[in-house]
Amino acid sequence: MIAIIDYGCGNLFSLSSSLESLGIECKITSDKAEIEAADKIILPGVGAFADAAKKLKESGLGELVVSLASQGRPILGICLGMQMLFEKSFEYGAHMGLGLIKGYVGPLEGQIPKELKIPHMGWNKLNLAKADPIFKYTDAGDYMYFVHSFYARNCIENTLAFAEYGVAVPAIVKSGSVYGMQFHPEKSGAKGLALLKAFSEI
Amino acid sequence: MITKRIIPCLDVRNGRVVKGVNFEGIQDVASPVELAHFYNDSGADELVFYDITASYENRGLFTDALTQVAKEIFIPLTVGGGINTLDDFDRVLKCGADKVSVNSGAIKDPSLIEKAAKKYGDQCVVLSMDVKRVDGKFRIFSKGGRIDTGIDALEWAKNGENSGAGELVVNSIDTDGVKQGFDLEMLQAVSELVSIPVIASGGAGKKEDFLELFKAGCADAGLAASIFHFKELSIADLKKYLNDNNIEMRI
Repeated sequence: MIAIIDYGCGNLFSLSSSLESLGIECKITSDKAEIEAADKIILPGVGAFADAAKKLKESGLGELVVSLASQGRPILGICLGMQMLFEKSFEYGAHMGLGLIKGYVGPLEGQIPKELKIPHMGWNKLNLAKADPIFKYTDAGDYMYFVHSFYARNCIENTLAFAEYGVAVPAIVKSGSVYGMQFHPEKSGAKGLALLKAFSEI
Repeated sequence: MITKRIIPCLDVRNGRVVKGVNFEGIQDVASPVELAHFYNDSGADELVFYDITASYENRGLFTDALTQVAKEIFIPLTVGGGINTLDDFDRVLKCGADKVSVNSGAIKDPSLIEKAAKKYGDQCVVLSMDVKRVDGKFRIFSKGGRIDTGIDALEWAKNGENSGAGELVVNSIDTDGVKQGFDLEMLQAVSELVSIPVIASGGAGKKEDFLELFKAGCADAGLAASIFHFKELSIADLKKYLNDNNIEMRI
């Protein structure tokens, strides 16, 4: 069973529907016992970093995720949920993340040519940097759906795939049993579902 | 780099997809769920659902259809029509919409864009505008293109961006349903003014119209309804044609 952590950040309907369509058992939950009992955990997230970090901290769910990661439980952070995995974010101030992956989150603004729009929104290609079981059903050049204005930095050794948008944007990162996807696999059609399927089989 | 997007639009009335010519002469077409599957399978990059349900009582038919589509289709879904308040945003987001498009609701209450952007994020708020030439100026029309609001379309687009809209759907009433190509003159004027993505709507009749649109560089996406519904043009063929002509597409 995959636990989708509900900490009040984002709409989880598509995520649970996409897993269900793959025949993967999942539950949207904020119950610690249920999360602890799950085989795998998805940390979703849409919105502002500071707000999400605060909610994870106050609920104690952040601490739980960190403890399960240290036991080797497969964890997947999606979009803002991926950004939460890093040590720090500089999205409107400086905020602490969960520190599960080395690196920090910073703005695209100022780092990419002016003619490129922010947010980085739309379908972009995956460039694969390292082999990994998460790519069991994925090919280089598969398109994924991105929507974000901040991106992970200083994490090249943990980057499995990146997208080109004026800079190399880390698209899939990994440290130990912890994965992060900057794009929305649950909104990326069949190719996105293929990544979720591979995660469920890890 | 990100691709240009091809977006079929489904106008839904009482739970069925319909398509009119110049907003009138509406005819029944198909089930939204069936069409959504068909478009997803043929490579649509996103789907837009406009709720043109006439009565409040029948609104439930729309949200039922939307929920069903969101359960089965895993590409971005935008919903518009009848969005006047934050509660309306909430209602459709809960059914699985990713973005919400406001049109007349923003004309009635321009603060709606800002309030929604603050609550749900800019990426969630799409400002949809129906534009028509009046005395040589681009003007905003409301009520499905029937009423001249007197608002200057270019100012409206800029204000929308400043208030936090994440995208603009720019529909030309002058070219809608005519199938003689997009309104490049108007789209150029809008896209020069804003830096958020512009989705062109109204006038697509053949694949060359999309090539012309993207070559002109005045839109990030092309939206159409009837040519896709009536299978005059398949999305798969269109995307292949554009890709062959050096417009990057998700194939």
